[in-house]
Amino acid sequence: MIESFADLAPILPELILLAFIILVMLTDLYVDERRRGILHGISIVGLVLTGVACIRGFEAGQSTEILGGLMVRDSIGDLLKVFILMITAIVLTYAKHSLRTHKLFVGEFYLLVLFAVLGMFLLVSSTNFIMLYLGLELLALSGYALVALDRDSPIASEAAMKYFVVGAIASGLLLYGMSILYGISGSLQIDEIATAVAYGQSKAVLAFALTFVIVGLAFKFGAVPFHMWIPDVYHGAPTASTVFIATAPKIAAIGMAYRLLPGALPSLSADWTEILALLALLSLLLGNFAAIAQTNLKRMLAYSTISHVGFLFLALLGGTADGYAAATFYALTYALMTAGAFGVIIALSRQGFAADQIDDYKGLNQRHPWLAFIMLLLMASLAGIPPLVGFFSKLLVLQNAVLAGYLWLAVVAAVCAVIGAFYYLRVIKVMYFDAPTREIEYSAPGDLKFVLGLNGLAQIALGLGWGPLVALCLLAWR
Amino acid sequence: MVEQILFYVISTVLLASALGVISVKNSVHAALLLVLTFFTAAQLWILLRAEFLGIALILVYVGAVMVLFLFVVMMLDVNTEHLKQGFARYLPAGLLVAAVMAAQMIAVLGARNFGTDKFAGPAELPAGYSNTEELAQLLFTEYLIAVEVAALVLTVAVIAAVALTLRKRTGVRTQDIAAQIAVKRSDRVRLVKMPSEGSKVDS
Repeated sequence: MIESFADLAPILPELILLAFIILVMLTDLYVDERRRGILHGISIVGLVLTGVACIRGFEAGQSTEILGGLMVRDSIGDLLKVFILMITAIVLTYAKHSLRTHKLFVGEFYLLVLFAVLGMFLLVSSTNFIMLYLGLELLALSGYALVALDRDSPIASEAAMKYFVVGAIASGLLLYGMSILYGISGSLQIDEIATAVAYGQSKAVLAFALTFVIVGLAFKFGAVPFHMWIPDVYHGAPTASTVFIATAPKIAAIGMAYRLLPGALPSLSADWTEILALLALLSLLLGNFAAIAQTNLKRMLAYSTISHVGFLFLALLGGTADGYAAATFYALTYALMTAGAFGVIIALSRQGFAADQIDDYKGLNQRHPWLAFIMLLLMASLAGIPPLVGFFSKLLVLQNAVLAGYLWLAVVAAVCAVIGAFYYLRVIKVMYFDAPTREIEYSAPGDLKFVLGLNGLAQIALGLGWGPLVALCLLAWR
Repeated sequence: MVEQILFYVISTVLLASALGVISVKNSVHAALLLVLTFFTAAQLWILLRAEFLGIALILVYVGAVMVLFLFVVMMLDVNTEHLKQGFARYLPAGLLVAAVMAAQMIAVLGARNFGTDKFAGPAELPAGYSNTEELAQLLFTEYLIAVEVAALVLTVAVIAAVALTLRKRTGVRTQDIAAQIAVKRSDRVRLVKMPSEGSKVDS
């Protein structure tokens, strides 16, 4: 319950973000088309200020219930929020160029992205099923609209329709699982459900509710067999929307998994560990094998996402704090790598040329060696080649799987990573060893070039100095 | 006893009309059957002493949503033949999945786990107890933030609807009142000096 303004202080980040959303909305009404770039500036300032508010309240291991227990302000939520904001700021920089070249530069894009960020904020810090669900819907609804933003494109509309239908079914299943849990515990509070579930409940009913909750979760992550929407959405949506949907929500999904599984159902950890292991196995196998057959870079990245979700699930096995810290680190590095890969696609795309076929990258090294080098770093990092950061995040995740008693799964994952290296290395081979067949234009604006360069170099920098970041993740999950 | 009989009658109607919604050919009939489904569901809620929810269901869904739905169904002549393609092909797989799921759900959600011995029926409420008041109390105190967030979700829906449907057409002739008022005489009337033609005739 809110009794004074002091009660609102812990949700200061959300309030700042909301204020900036409204500011963007009102500014969009009054600026004309040529000066719409100002919306980009306002959004970035909003993200930065929200991040400052998150960091100011950060205190390792603290956890304060706020708003009468609907939400919690803890270091876990703060860390995930800061990561979400960082990724979103990078994504917006890439998206601006893509929106401009495809004549989609509208204020609604920024509004929808910021609303989605707000949804993710609620998702990672809810301790009540109603708030969690509302956060999820805020994120999902913005996502559907972002995919459909290019309304004259038939494949974008098709992707949005599939995304919407699948997402609505997933929300329904999740809600059904939640309603069963409410039925047997009589509460919507996550901690109260955890205590109610631990005592004298029929195992069958709990497993039943758990199944629905996990299915809803797996849909949002895009784990096999609930992955069908990912390739179509990545391929069909405007690249600016894809790069957002592919990155930040994965970080938020970790927060959601944490609140739902170890948060609400700790006594069932043996059951959900088994289910997650199975989902991880299927995602690793299907993701990596299907990616080999792709000729479209966006679709390849979509299947690569599915295989990375498999790795991410390895870190969630057992539900330990160290495992979730590894998952956070993995999700952040995955988001950085994937955002960078889409950033390269955006940097090379022009009006009427999407630059999304792998063949479009033939001989990129001879034309633009710097860009080819960045792509090399990103692809090698996605493949998990040391000393790039992708290797260390995979290492931490595999370590957690072994600790959770899933040695066989860790072995399968390592084999899958080797198989996966094939399709990432193919992109590098095409760039460096094939002769260019056409002129490749690279006329991206300066801020994109700068951020893209940083993004690529971060793969080495974080790969060599991954200690502080991992320590930060561990600190937050303590 | 009366309550039990009522429950079974209402539930039968509910299930029959819900089956009708997905099986009848005419989509207007399907929409009307959906109205009946909502109506009986509202009756069930009222049996459970949740009268506010029951009334809200009728007002919102039957009164507003379904009427809109009927208009849409009548205006858009949806070609159902096209939608029914592949029905026979997918039927066996669909039936199998449905049967397995139904069996599992019945096994779990039956009287063994959710019987009246585990969950007592609604308690007798004191006279003058108002469901509506209790709900309002919760919504505007404990769940105030949740209500606000629900408002944000609706805002997103509005923004998405505008972004996806608003089209600015060029070349549309509309009045711009401000421009009309701001017009000056010099914009419209041009005074031209010409030599008078009369003098020519004279000479």
